[in-house]
Amino acid sequence: MQADAAIVTSQAMRGLAANATTEGRASRLALTVVAIAFLVLFLVLPLIVVLIEALRQGFGAYVAALVEPDALAAIRLTLIVAAVAVPLNIVFGIAAAWAIAKFEFPGKAVLTTLIDLPFSVSPVIAGLVYVLLFGAGSVLGPWLESHGITILFAVPGIVLATIFVTFPFVARELIPLMQEQGTADEEAALSLGASGWQAFRYVTLPNIKWGLLYGVLLCNARAMGEFGAVSVVSGHIRGVTNTMPLHVEILYNEYNFVAAFAVASLLALLALLTLALKTLLELRFGRRLAATRH
Amino acid sequence: MAATATLDRWRLRKPSVIPGFGMALGFTLSYLAAIVLIPLAGLAWRSASLGWDEFWAIATERRTLNALQISFGASLIAATVNAIFGVVIAWVLTRYRFPGRRVLDAIVDLPFALPTAVAGIALTSLYAPNGWLGGLLAPLGIKVAFTPLGIVVALIFIGLPFVVRTVQPVMAEIDREIEEAAATLGASRWTTIGRVIMPTLAPAILTGFALAFARAVGEYGSVIFIAGNIPYVSEIAPLLIVIRLEEFDYAGATALAAIMLVISFAMLLLINLIQVWSRRRFGHAS
Amino acid sequence: MDVRIVGVRKEFDRFPALHDVSLDIRSGELIALLGPSGSGKTTLLRLIAGLEFPTAGAVFFGEQDASAKSVRERNVGFVFQHYALFRHMTVFDNIAFGLRIRPRGRRPSRQAIRDRVLKLLELVQLSGLENRFPAQLSGGQRQRVALARALAIEPRILLLDEPFGALDAKVRKELRRWLREIHDKTGHTTVFVTHDQEEALELADRIVVMSQGRIEQVGTPEEVYDAPNSPFVFGFIGESNAIPVSVRNGHLQIAGRPIGIRAAGAPDGEATLFFRPHDVEVVGETGPAIAGVIIATRRHEGSRRVEAEVGAGRHRIEIDVPLDRRLDGGTLWLRPRRWKVFADDGRTAWSHGAMGTPFEAVAQAY
Repeated sequence: MQADAAIVTSQAMRGLAANATTEGRASRLALTVVAIAFLVLFLVLPLIVVLIEALRQGFGAYVAALVEPDALAAIRLTLIVAAVAVPLNIVFGIAAAWAIAKFEFPGKAVLTTLIDLPFSVSPVIAGLVYVLLFGAGSVLGPWLESHGITILFAVPGIVLATIFVTFPFVARELIPLMQEQGTADEEAALSLGASGWQAFRYVTLPNIKWGLLYGVLLCNARAMGEFGAVSVVSGHIRGVTNTMPLHVEILYNEYNFVAAFAVASLLALLALLTLALKTLLELRFGRRLAATRH
Repeated sequence: MAATATLDRWRLRKPSVIPGFGMALGFTLSYLAAIVLIPLAGLAWRSASLGWDEFWAIATERRTLNALQISFGASLIAATVNAIFGVVIAWVLTRYRFPGRRVLDAIVDLPFALPTAVAGIALTSLYAPNGWLGGLLAPLGIKVAFTPLGIVVALIFIGLPFVVRTVQPVMAEIDREIEEAAATLGASRWTTIGRVIMPTLAPAILTGFALAFARAVGEYGSVIFIAGNIPYVSEIAPLLIVIRLEEFDYAGATALAAIMLVISFAMLLLINLIQVWSRRRFGHAS
Repeated sequence: MDVRIVGVRKEFDRFPALHDVSLDIRSGELIALLGPSGSGKTTLLRLIAGLEFPTAGAVFFGEQDASAKSVRERNVGFVFQHYALFRHMTVFDNIAFGLRIRPRGRRPSRQAIRDRVLKLLELVQLSGLENRFPAQLSGGQRQRVALARALAIEPRILLLDEPFGALDAKVRKELRRWLREIHDKTGHTTVFVTHDQEEALELADRIVVMSQGRIEQVGTPEEVYDAPNSPFVFGFIGESNAIPVSVRNGHLQIAGRPIGIRAAGAPDGEATLFFRPHDVEVVGETGPAIAGVIIATRRHEGSRRVEAEVGAGRHRIEIDVPLDRRLDGGTLWLRPRRWKVFADDGRTAWSHGAMGTPFEAVAQAY
């Protein structure tokens, strides 16, 4: 009798046990299907389309599109822009995080808001402000022209616009990280006789290296992929002032779909690589710093 | 040097033995000034120099108003869709275990990592009348590409991670004991979700919605390919700015940009207010 | 409402948290589940609540088998260690929650709910705080709201999981007293889990001492303190000393020397002698007694606490000696007045002084 009661109990339990803090099986299944369907529909399919369309005319055409001179020039320009913008942003990020995390001064909130600014500004406006600053009708325009300095519709302008859009990434990763780490380690180093630079190099840098890497990853992905801001300042001169995203646009507007998707596929692969490294780093030093404010 | 003189007056609240304050802050401020503040000031000055009457005239032009309407309308719809499905996705990713969950979790960040132009042409290709999805919808009489609906689809793509990533950490932190308490008090599962869990998530959902909305309003690259860009019908505000620039109508571009900036800052303020309010109401999150 | 737990076993992923536990809880009593962490006491509590389900066995509420019901349907009041208050609701809304979510048929009117909530607030001495949010309350206040919330649904049984564990010592003492008062006033069957034996001894009508998923002993605080039935219980409740001894011909010996304690009828072999620090008499060197080498002394409330080493194995013991007793030299001769001996075979025990005349040994299995 006891044994029977026990069997009935256990079986009934498996069904009811779900109730306290989980939904019923049917609901769970339904929600999971909806979530997966939405993600596949809106996120995964576009990714697949890029790869499929790029290879639509075969691997040969794919490679040809990539080694075409204008395409190569675009790739080169993208790399150059990133190679300039990212290191500058790293220096800025470290400087800003150092000032904010290691010292107490008035106006910190304003500073962090300013650093967040590019995130709330449309990329087109980011490009526009430089056109207004350096363009024909501006104060600086004639002065620059008379000195033979071209910023707009040339590489410097593209670099500037890219910097505008990407400088918060490194700073936003480092600031909370360094704030959390506090000043104790550096103070200890100083008490042992280290100079400021030594403290930074041997104590701070190793402490922040994963956060820094993470910020650089995001910064780089955005720098190479920026479209709106760069489009406004670039002048769209083929082979000279076109980054990869701009080149994709030109090819697409000329109905040269395979080539457009071929170049796009490189960017997509970059995106996937970024995601993979990002996930790896998150597993390494925790989701908490990654999940907040983007 | 002027910079250091200013910094000397800007006293540290607490003296610190750590060196480098002047240099770090100085560099930071200079960088910010050069990259952000001066150019933005230039924009402000330019729009101010328009004079109020001309500014108002441009702002209330039919084409301007339509562009703003389309941008904001589509962004609102997209952000709402993202708020709903984003919560579902965050729930499934946080609470359930199934094979491939980690991969899906990583994929959520795709719109952050993928260049907007690539997203733009991919979505257009998908939803064009002869595309994979466009082809399926055409017989039903639904056109997505080159219509305002296409804009909404692109903005949904762009905004999804904002909602999911804002809501996920809050969801993960919800103490199971709260749900158990509700159960012991007699609440059904749906009552618990509706009355106990959702209100706790409300600030995060609002914040995610606002972030997605703000991003969508300014979005350019992923929209212009799929939009159709027909003036008064499917032309978004950022595109109108670019068109005016190409026509050398600097005044027009500036005015529109100024309006959009003001609205962006208002959104930023709103987001910060939500967070302050929720912190005060509920105590701090953890 | 009395509760019967019958032959309950609970495994988590093969790990047995409870082994064949049976317990009868009488209607209206305040009973404590006491034990160290890992003893299974919280698991047992959650099983009664329906937050976990047994791998085998059953729980009966009165005559009904509660195992067939989900936690929602059992109508138990559960108070969590960390309160689990709904942060986005006021104190009033928290307490009213269980009443408001009832289906139309069973839901009291708004006025009735309001009256009930205010009365409960008065009972827990938090009147006037109904519009505050949990974030604005102290820990002790939050716990009282949690209790009021659980009481609002008129539960058949009240379950508290280490209710005062997260509070500091002074608040804990106050709330203990207050919980007893509430219990006496309302008369609910109440089960609470604690690892603090002082709390259990002070509050409970009966104590269930648990260890490693089993019930060691069930009894009133006196029974558990004065007549512990296993080495674990003796050592866990109150202070105690334990010395390995040998039994020869019914006499206890340490290192071959008799110590003046007789356990008539005890078989020869190894055993452990338990006694409490204050149940010891210091005797002169006359007659067989326990010899202890004094290591340290200190003041302990109203007497002197002496640390000594006993026997070749140098086992540490602590005993309370009256202040006026002189301690000459480095040696002490002791005879416990009340003691218990547990044979190492795990099956037999002798005790003295629980009640009755000297030298009367009581044999029992443990």
